[in-house]
Amino acid sequence: MAETKLRDQRDLRLRESEQPHSPVMHFGVDEPLRLDAGVSLAPFQIAYQTYGTLNAERSNAVLICHALTGDQHVANVHPVTGKPGWWESMVGPGKPIDTERYYVICPNVVGACMGTTGPASLNPETSEVYGLDFPVITIRDMVRAQAMLLDRLGIETLFSVAGGSMGGMQVLQWAVSYPKRVFSALPLAAATRHSAQNIAFHEVGRQAVMADPEWRNGRYFADGTRPHRGLAVARMGAHITYLSDAALHRKFGRKFQDRENPTFSFDADFEVESYLRHQGSTFVERFDANSYLYLTRAMDYFDLAADYDGVLANAFRGTPTRYCVVSFTSDWLFPTSDSRAIVHALNAGGARVSFAEIVTDKGHDAFLLEEPELFAIVRGFLDGAGRARGLNGAKG
Amino acid sequence: MLMRARRDLTMAEAARGTGGARLDHLLVADMVEPGSRVLDVGCGDGELLKLLEARGVDGRGIELSREGVNECVAKGLAVIQGNADTDLADYPDDAFDYVILSQTLQATQHPRVVLEHLLRIARHAIVSFPNFGHWKIRLLLMFLGQMPTTANLPDTWYDTPNIHFCTIKDFRALCNVVGAKMEKAVALDPWGRPLRFNAPWWFWNLLGEQAVFLLSRRV
Repeated sequence: MAETKLRDQRDLRLRESEQPHSPVMHFGVDEPLRLDAGVSLAPFQIAYQTYGTLNAERSNAVLICHALTGDQHVANVHPVTGKPGWWESMVGPGKPIDTERYYVICPNVVGACMGTTGPASLNPETSEVYGLDFPVITIRDMVRAQAMLLDRLGIETLFSVAGGSMGGMQVLQWAVSYPKRVFSALPLAAATRHSAQNIAFHEVGRQAVMADPEWRNGRYFADGTRPHRGLAVARMGAHITYLSDAALHRKFGRKFQDRENPTFSFDADFEVESYLRHQGSTFVERFDANSYLYLTRAMDYFDLAADYDGVLANAFRGTPTRYCVVSFTSDWLFPTSDSRAIVHALNAGGARVSFAEIVTDKGHDAFLLEEPELFAIVRGFLDGAGRARGLNGAKG
Repeated sequence: MLMRARRDLTMAEAARGTGGARLDHLLVADMVEPGSRVLDVGCGDGELLKLLEARGVDGRGIELSREGVNECVAKGLAVIQGNADTDLADYPDDAFDYVILSQTLQATQHPRVVLEHLLRIARHAIVSFPNFGHWKIRLLLMFLGQMPTTANLPDTWYDTPNIHFCTIKDFRALCNVVGAKMEKAVALDPWGRPLRFNAPWWFWNLLGEQAVFLLSRRV
């Protein structure tokens, strides 16, 4: 019974990567996505979700960029997990990113597995799943694909681009690649490059996937296996980095799971162990292991200053975009110092920038959680930008 | 008499100009050319920046307190969390037309370095500070024999952010040391009103409760 349910859920996820529960834009062989790796991806498709209404001037579009394991289902029930959208606290009617005022678009990134072309998609040349034949992609490739989507949707300028973590990387890349298309930018818990420590964590995750005998060099679809154990371990390790020592202690402490005493075994005696195992096992039902490899790689390669002789300020020189940078005190994955580096470069480039650090013990994941101060800042920033943009309905 | 001195200071604190703007803010805002680029260092709750933006100024702010920053950003102002002592160094030369340091100089670790940075990143600096040479403060120190606490400066010596008090005379000396040209100087009475313009410096140093200087680089 449980086995059947599991298989159903896997099938659901597989179907989701080809025919998702959201609109899809198809790009033919004549519209290739040119990748930083030097090759092109064609044909390809982008699955995306929209909320709200585009105004007559087409000036109220807000692009949401999702994080590593996120997807386009920002503010609707997730088609695979049945859970609420990942940013429902931030996006929706009357929320800080107000869908009654803004037209919100969130595309699934290239390389992911919820409907946009990625390693779990069918390779039209072989009619088999891409697997490791999928080209390595970068944050810039993701943004380039999103720009093609917006061209197709007839949206020239974005009122705002917002996102946290890997989403924040895309926000920064958007502002640098297409400064004239981005009126305001909200990079949250982000950085302009992935640190050595973060690359190291990602490498551990990838090695966990690859060490799973069921991974089969990425050809697990053809072999009918799934590297669930490896991916679950990768997720467990990564999940720790999204939290903080204080948050883990507050939530779990040293409490035992459904027992009074230790069992003197390697069972999940501690609540925190049980929690992590749960995180791992639910994650593998909705995420493709190869996608995890590709997306973590894209983050590792991200270094915004690299194209500007290592001088970050040059990336932002003369930028017309308004920025609001936010970091969280307990975020040790993308610490405040990373956000400060963004702010210093923006200041040196003469940009209009706001920066706030929010006190919380919730770690890197704080940008996804209930943080009233974050909501007030995002709302205030967008209100101010809306006034400057002359958006109707911007509150005075 | 000491009681009276304290009451006067309270009245000065409460002084407000038209439209609810603080008198010292209006005074500073009048020194700024409309349409210029301004950095307000220690911008607090952002009220001065709001006043400046209403006058068509492109304003930015730096504020130390998290609450202040978050309040400013929520008002739609471009404000970053930072510190005059450490963060001014990151701004390029001539990034702004004016930089404002309002009631903050006395709280910095290195007032001289801060002042030099102000004159590096903007053509003009507007600096305001409480005048520790004011006669009431002199009296409090003389008769009570302890560090004065007033309505405007209520903190005890062991629990104050103000670590580098100076008088108007002291500040003028610092301006000479760093090569700043004093374009305009205004001392304010206890009610926040500018003192008679042609008074001699010693008079201002005695009767000005706070002072506002418009400085520029000596070319």
